[in-house]
Amino acid sequence: MTETIKTDVVIVGAGPVGLFAVFELGLLDIRAHVVDILDRPGGQCAELYPEKPIYDIPGLPVVTGQELTDNLLEQIKPFGAQYHFSEIIAGLEKTEDDRFLLTTDAGTRFDAKVVVIAAGGGSFQPKKPPIDGVEAFEEKSVHYAVRKMDVFRGKRVLIVGGGDSALDWTLNLAPVAQRVTLMHRRDAFRAAPDSVNKMRKLVEEGVVDLALGQVTELIGEDGVLKAVKAKLVDGQTHEIATDAMLPFFGLTMKLGPIADWGLNLEENLIPVDTEKFETTTPGIFAIGDINAYPGKLKLILSGFHEAALMAQAAARRINPDRKVVFQYTTSSTSLQKKLGVA
Amino acid sequence: MAKITYIDASGESRTVEAEVGATVMETAIRHDVPGIEAECGGACSCATCHVYVDAAWTETVGGPEPMEEDMLDFAYDVRPTSRLSCQIKVTPALDGLVVTTPDRQA
Repeated sequence: MTETIKTDVVIVGAGPVGLFAVFELGLLDIRAHVVDILDRPGGQCAELYPEKPIYDIPGLPVVTGQELTDNLLEQIKPFGAQYHFSEIIAGLEKTEDDRFLLTTDAGTRFDAKVVVIAAGGGSFQPKKPPIDGVEAFEEKSVHYAVRKMDVFRGKRVLIVGGGDSALDWTLNLAPVAQRVTLMHRRDAFRAAPDSVNKMRKLVEEGVVDLALGQVTELIGEDGVLKAVKAKLVDGQTHEIATDAMLPFFGLTMKLGPIADWGLNLEENLIPVDTEKFETTTPGIFAIGDINAYPGKLKLILSGFHEAALMAQAAARRINPDRKVVFQYTTSSTSLQKKLGVA
Repeated sequence: MAKITYIDASGESRTVEAEVGATVMETAIRHDVPGIEAECGGACSCATCHVYVDAAWTETVGGPEPMEEDMLDFAYDVRPTSRLSCQIKVTPALDGLVVTTPDRQA
């Protein structure tokens, strides 16, 4: 078992609000570990609208999601947060001495005094194909990610989608699998042109099958897939024999394990007070889009404000004997030292 | 103003007044029309505001741009009349538009 990381704070979510929480906590000498299911920081800003303009960040007339993320990372650099990407907090328990034990799906364990949930709309998870009964085949025959290519050795594999993941795995699994069929609803692909060209070459050589259409039904039993039914562009329903299906339909936001943390959720949101942004469990705070309180607005700027107030309360919990002196970054040499500018 | 009719998967129809310049998605959200989720808030990034444009209107509404076509790959039960309603701007020419929502948004 890996060693448990003992820390003051674990921040769940590396979106703009989670990142800014690093800053506000950092000014109060609190170091944080940040966990996010995505493989990079930014949350929705990085995943949904990296190139799209945001117009309501105070002081920035226009900024894209990626620019805002990059700026925040620069701003919080002095506080040395440690990031754990591509991991989701799967379990959270309270200990008898009022700390929290958190475990990620990758087995990372934290022992923290404070938990800050900045999980936005929940965790980004692979979108499931809208096919009835698909759940029954998951893990055994339907896979949303490839962890080990060897699992598909000698098998007939159906890859569904038209983006980079679908194309990359088509190319990578073609030499491993007995047969790869790529299915996409149209003869145009979002993936990198180079991958598309390589795929087309494999199709020409008869190594890979390309089927244009949409899967409508899965056939098999006990979670073991035998074939799929698909409506192809000829308007007919065809049966395609396959041992495994890999759907790549992008990501969607799901609340995920947070639902099981006893936080008295209301419509998938976490109720908090508006003084400390603390949940009904003392020591667990919730900031940004994931929380709910009277008058709540799901704005990044509201999340920033919530982060600042949360940090004051978190500091009192973490260092109960220390007096928190309110200071401005403009004039306080002690804050400027922490920021590395004085 | 333009009238837009949303028919849900069960066949129930709701007609609302749309502001010219708003999108068909925004109009649905403002009027609490069910069947459109718009998870990303209209950034053409999620495919949860998928609608079928009524056959009589497909020509007036037009087809999707390439970016929208890419995003439609993520939608459920995509048909030739499929559009993402966040990408359809209401114009006076769309007065009377009829769209149907799919039985689920991916």
